Amino acid sequence: MKLSRRAFMQGGVAAFTYSFAAPSFLCRLAEAQGQTSRSLVVLDLTGGNDSLSMLIPYNDSYYYSRRPTLAVPAGNVLQIGSDASGVQLGLHPRLTGIKDIFNQGRLAFIQRTGYENSSRSHFMGTDIWSTANPANAQGNGWLGRYLDSLGASQDPLVAWNTFQQTPHSLQANTVGVPSISDPARYAFNSPNTGSDAALERTTTQNIASHIPVGQPHVAFVCGVAGDAMATLDRVATVATYSPTVSYPTNGLGSALKAVAGAMNKGIGTKVFWVQLGGFDTHSNQQVVQNNGAYMNLMAALNDGLLAFYNDLSNQGLLSQALILQFSEFGRRVSENGSGGTDHGAASTLFVLGGGVRGGVYGTAANLNMSDSANPTLENNGNDLKFETDFRSVYARVIDNWLGGDSVAALGADYRKSSLTFV
Amino acid sequence: MSDHLVQHLLRRAGFGSSPEELAFYSQLSYGSAVDALLNYEQFADDVDSRIGTPGYAGVTSAGEFLPNSNIAHARQRWAFRMVHSKRPLQEKMTLFWHNHFATGYTKVRGVSPDGARLMAAKASEDAGGQQGQIEMLRSRALGNFRDLLTEVSKDPAMTIWLDGYTNTKNKPQENFAREIMELFTMGVGNYTESDVYAGAKVFTGWTFTTSGDRQGGTGTTSFAFNANQHDTSAKTFSFSIYPDGGKTIQPRSAQSGMQDGLDLITALAGNPNTARYLAKKLIRFFVSELSEPDPGLVNTLANTYLASGYSMKLVMRELLMSSQFTDTAAYFSRYAWPVEFVARAIKEVGWAGYSLNDAVTALGNMGQVLYEPPDVAGWDLGPNWFSSGTMLARMNLGSTLAANQKFNLRDAARPYGKTSDALLSWMLDRMPLAPYNSGTYDELRNFLNATKWTGSDSQLLVKASGLAHIILATPQYQFV
Repeated sequence: MKLSRRAFMQGGVAAFTYSFAAPSFLCRLAEAQGQTSRSLVVLDLTGGNDSLSMLIPYNDSYYYSRRPTLAVPAGNVLQIGSDASGVQLGLHPRLTGIKDIFNQGRLAFIQRTGYENSSRSHFMGTDIWSTANPANAQGNGWLGRYLDSLGASQDPLVAWNTFQQTPHSLQANTVGVPSISDPARYAFNSPNTGSDAALERTTTQNIASHIPVGQPHVAFVCGVAGDAMATLDRVATVATYSPTVSYPTNGLGSALKAVAGAMNKGIGTKVFWVQLGGFDTHSNQQVVQNNGAYMNLMAALNDGLLAFYNDLSNQGLLSQALILQFSEFGRRVSENGSGGTDHGAASTLFVLGGGVRGGVYGTAANLNMSDSANPTLENNGNDLKFETDFRSVYARVIDNWLGGDSVAALGADYRKSSLTFV
Repeated sequence: MSDHLVQHLLRRAGFGSSPEELAFYSQLSYGSAVDALLNYEQFADDVDSRIGTPGYAGVTSAGEFLPNSNIAHARQRWAFRMVHSKRPLQEKMTLFWHNHFATGYTKVRGVSPDGARLMAAKASEDAGGQQGQIEMLRSRALGNFRDLLTEVSKDPAMTIWLDGYTNTKNKPQENFAREIMELFTMGVGNYTESDVYAGAKVFTGWTFTTSGDRQGGTGTTSFAFNANQHDTSAKTFSFSIYPDGGKTIQPRSAQSGMQDGLDLITALAGNPNTARYLAKKLIRFFVSELSEPDPGLVNTLANTYLASGYSMKLVMRELLMSSQFTDTAAYFSRYAWPVEFVARAIKEVGWAGYSLNDAVTALGNMGQVLYEPPDVAGWDLGPNWFSSGTMLARMNLGSTLAANQKFNLRDAARPYGKTSDALLSWMLDRMPLAPYNSGTYDELRNFLNATKWTGSDSQLLVKASGLAHIILATPQYQFV
């Protein structure tokens, strides 16, 4: 699936336009958007989240019979009520902060989200969720198309990726999304000092603006280098951010702290990207054991999001943030022989933020695989069958949060009126 | 042969050229240079013995340097080999296979306390004789692909990485079966979900066994076939397994059940889709990634692969001798991986007094940690290496290296310091760039001429290091 990215670059690079916007323009943009801007924070749980261990149908006897070693005992789940089909649901016991946010009505789960003929390949699955196009998962990402719709000459910080590599979802024609995992390290060093160092910086910045003709690949890197140089000073202001809470000292914690810092400093970023990896739990998944693999994942998820939520609340910024979580697929219902779960199909995702209408959307699956007519399972009862098309979730976010046009960005009308989470 | 062609050859079939390497390969004809790179056994494999000796890049360790059991040290040793090996193509192919059979240290370490040994130990230096995965790949860098695939399938680190060791007859585990078809051989689209399930059954019982004190460094971890856990049922695929076209691996006794896996490996190695998949991947890595692989060259390489019984050396010879490879259009037509950028920068700027520990740290900021690809598909290549954060990391590697080599650069620059143009021309010969326009050239000149040119030592100290830094930071230097 490397091809798709390359194919994108083949087609996309030629259409790149590079804006080396003047600082004054950038400042005005930031001011104009200032306190009224809305940010989308996409949270990718990479590897395929076993959402049945995150949001648990704890009264389904098949959950226990099919997961003899992985099931969370009913007495340990954090009960949050039942969904529209009457299935009682509980959170993973480590998600105490998530439960608080849910109780405050600021978190919504959307059960069984996916698409027809779900890919079980990490790479194809990621490309499909990224492009929102299961039939042909190549070309720009769904967020990239939204960014393109904002018009040319976008501020380079209109999107901000906290991961080192640019996710496919953010690949766009008009914007090269910066990757800034640690604002403090986002600086230009020099072997010399004073005016000599300043001259190296100016020269490097100028060189990036000389885009060679007929060399789209070099032009692409010129654009990246130019964006890096153009954003140095503003990102440096984010490096001075002092949060109101302490964030976990892991990748997700640092990333969310940078996001809060950028919001606090009024950078004007519309789309942030954060990731938490390690969800490909084929073996030793250890859902509830202390220091177990899935337990640690839930700890990182809970503690990072809770810190972010509280930090934004304390500063009155909560209403400006929407977190959208997804994963490239869910996992098999039955555990395997390795104390883990193999690649599956649909999964539960969640959104979180000050503007969220909290609750549980969609219905849980009935995990009884012996009933061949069970419409909530697929693949001979092995996997969860999707109920909500993931593009309907995207559509809601684009239309109702970002103020964009989902039909244009997604290439078709996926709006679903029952999805009122934002 | 021309310096430009030598430099192109060594950027691809190696990690760039030091002044000494440039001098050596320039005297050879192109064909002889290719043969010298391919038949690397003629050069002593003694690069590791240079570590810690004068005249070479340095390494850093708190206490003893233990590259066979400490992963941070192993990373420095591999970087050392990339910079200093007399067998550059062996190192380059090892990197290619590391990306192809991408295995990550952290997961291996989570299962085996001596994960670093399973990844990096050199059997001849290891007290227990353990051979790490990368050493296995290195020993077969230009060998027979079917044999390589067999060894990879039996490699203890791989059985951990893709969970093969937990694949048992009652609970088949699909991870390895899926990836051997999707990523190691035929590619997505050439197998079905039922093939994955059948493949998982084929490899039931392929696991590892341990003995002795592994953490202490004297025990070993080796491949084992556990017949008790092998699924003896028939396995049917959508593609041919046997030369007669048979698609079913017939039931055999559990004791001889390992043959199921060997049959499948042989079938996958010999599948025409594998030949094409490998040919395209090699072309994208060695020839150009700016356009789709040339169909004629794909056919040639795929045919050589099949006709030679999967000889990677013959395939690589065909590739390096092809007109597509030597065409000047292929120069600088690949986005440099971070390790390619860093090793080349060190070879071209200098290394005396530079510790590869700094390089390893910088590589992490650029998105490439050796022995730790992000997932089984390897690194996200091409333009995906580049984002503003990783670009700054490249620029800052340039700054650190130029600062470290400041005095060496001044000394080397003295003979060319009479005019700023002479200095620029010397530096650009030493650190060649992808095509640039006159605007770029003028920026470099203006940098040197911002103050009146005197060529004094104090001016050379600032300008040579500053120019090296700027060149390393140019978009044009990010290609190989």
